[in-house]
Amino acid sequence: MPEMYFSDAIRAALDEALTRDASVVLMGEDIGPYGGAFGITRGLHEKYGPERIIETPISENGFVGVAVGAAMTGLRPVVEIMFMDFILLAADQIINHAAKLHYIYDGQVKVPLVIRAPAGAGRGYGASHSQNLENVFLSVAGLKIVCPATPADAKGLLAAAIRDPNPVLFIEPKALYGARGEVPEGDYTVPLGVARLAREGKDLSIITYGACVPLALAAAGELSEGGLEADVLDLRTLKPMDLTALEATVAKTGRCIVLEEGPLTGGIGAEVSARIGERCFRALKAGVQRVAAQDTPIPSATPLEHAVLPSVAALLAAADRLFE
Amino acid sequence: MPEERLLSAYRKMLLIRLMEERIGALFTEGAIAGTCHLCIGQEAVAVGVAEALELGDEVVSCHRGHGHLLAMGGEPARLLGELMGRQIGYCRGRGGSQHLSAPGIGLLGTNGITGGGIPIATGAALSAHLLRTGAAIVCFFGDGATNQGVFHESLNMAALWSLPVLYVCENNRYAMSEPVCRTVAGGDILARPRAYGISAECVDGMDVEAVEAAARRALAPLRAGKGPAFIEAATYRFCGHSKSDKLLYRTREEEAKWRERDPLTLTRLKLEKAGWKETLPWIEEEVRRQIAEAEEACRRSPLTPPETALQGVYADA
Ligand SMILES: Cc1ncc(C[n+]2csc(CCOP(=O)(O)OP(=O)(O)O)c2C)c(N)n1
Ligand SMILES: [Mg+2]
Repeated sequence: MPEMYFSDAIRAALDEALTRDASVVLMGEDIGPYGGAFGITRGLHEKYGPERIIETPISENGFVGVAVGAAMTGLRPVVEIMFMDFILLAADQIINHAAKLHYIYDGQVKVPLVIRAPAGAGRGYGASHSQNLENVFLSVAGLKIVCPATPADAKGLLAAAIRDPNPVLFIEPKALYGARGEVPEGDYTVPLGVARLAREGKDLSIITYGACVPLALAAAGELSEGGLEADVLDLRTLKPMDLTALEATVAKTGRCIVLEEGPLTGGIGAEVSARIGERCFRALKAGVQRVAAQDTPIPSATPLEHAVLPSVAALLAAADRLFE
Repeated sequence: MPEERLLSAYRKMLLIRLMEERIGALFTEGAIAGTCHLCIGQEAVAVGVAEALELGDEVVSCHRGHGHLLAMGGEPARLLGELMGRQIGYCRGRGGSQHLSAPGIGLLGTNGITGGGIPIATGAALSAHLLRTGAAIVCFFGDGATNQGVFHESLNMAALWSLPVLYVCENNRYAMSEPVCRTVAGGDILARPRAYGISAECVDGMDVEAVEAAARRALAPLRAGKGPAFIEAATYRFCGHSKSDKLLYRTREEEAKWRERDPLTLTRLKLEKAGWKETLPWIEEEVRRQIAEAEEACRRSPLTPPETALQGVYADA
């Protein structure tokens, strides 16, 4: 299997989808010759032309809505939101329209739409260019939410998202664009809704996704030196969530930490720990711990930014609490 | 403009130019993190408009706001401090380039969301109108921002309610890599405010005197309660959109053509003709010294302590 950058794996999935399915079109700002703010669509304009790679004005609510209409009527748009923060301008079209139409129109229309959203902090971009907003969308019925942590999953999950008949929010951790890993060639999909065990252990579980998977693995390495072996569960799909995998890891270890880069309050961890409380109460040997960003806007200056983001140290402290 | 004022406008433009160049260098060195959008080439718009403002007027800026801040009298040390996360920074490093505020000098804030400042400026104008402060509000944004829905919604309300807001569109021909001809239907930005009944004028954004005159023309009826006005300033950013931009979407010929109209050169030529040739090198030396001192003051200021990051999420009563 060839090694690839995470960013190239995403491009490979887009490229193959464009080749395989003539109804797939890309939409977004600067995605033409410029190749997108993060270079993900580089070369696709030259290969597929402006009718497939549709460069839009800075009109997020408008072009996401246009993509919704196009998805209802025969196209499969894959929309790029330059930074996930800007998805809030399109929240109406996503939440009030895309996610609901199949249900409220009683199944007579489908909205096969993918919204790609580079997310995450750690680069000093400041409050409007650093957010993880998946928690904002977690409660939206009818929307699927996916977030890969490895190049292989980036390709496989995106390929599956594009074939899915529903609107899918596909979150790309900016911090992982430069990560490398083996990626299967050719037509390769990873099913939505299935988590992945990124590391096996018996003493505690770290449940996480996206850019926090490497953080969890680093903490697990340190814990292992102290004699504790952690399961690291990479959720991969946040909605619908793989509850079977959640139950399995907690049943095994009885102790768990939920880790995310977004804010603590109302975060993914709130949902995960509630599910665990409901389903695995008897297996728990300690209260579920959450490690997340502080409940502040993301500050710009690097030391301030680090102070509000989750860290290996915070994970180790949470692990200590599990064994108090 | 009287000659002394033109001289001081030149000094401000030079301060902006040299500060932006220094910020670019500090960014390349890694002393500044994140991203920053420099306004090299667009100095005459910021300074020309600021020259027409009065005490109490307020400015809402966008992502490319260093020039607006300095034109309003912002302190270079506090701008650098903001970019470098120092206590001296306008927001102690919390905001950074795209999210800073200096209300003490009339800058309500820069804004990282394209178009995000347009309704905010309109709201500031609503306050000025209802509270009878007599202030005029200026809103700076780019050509690309005129494609946001909120641009149209805001202009409509400002016109309906006769709000004292001057919209200044810095048309630098591109929104990142996208040229106006591919993003603005019809190609004419002025048609947009005019559709809402807002008087609108295009001005040579490389000529600081022309910008100032246009701003004064626009502000007089606005201050008299006649409602909003709109200026499109034709300009060009000589640098990339941000530091990672390789400028593959425009030609070197086009850049050279615009560089012939460098706002600093144009003003320098005027001043030389008026007999100020000897003074100009002194001004440059003074501005360079000012920037060096600002950088020293910034570096002397301590880094903002990380624990402060958790404070101030809510305002106290
Ligand atoms: C809502 C939103 N969409 C996209 C961006 C990314 N972005 C930042 S500046 C910019 C171009 C803005 O162009 P223009 O308004 O012409 O201003 P200029 O950069 O030319 O000064 C883009 C697309 C953003 N910051 N916010
Ligand atoms: Mg522009």
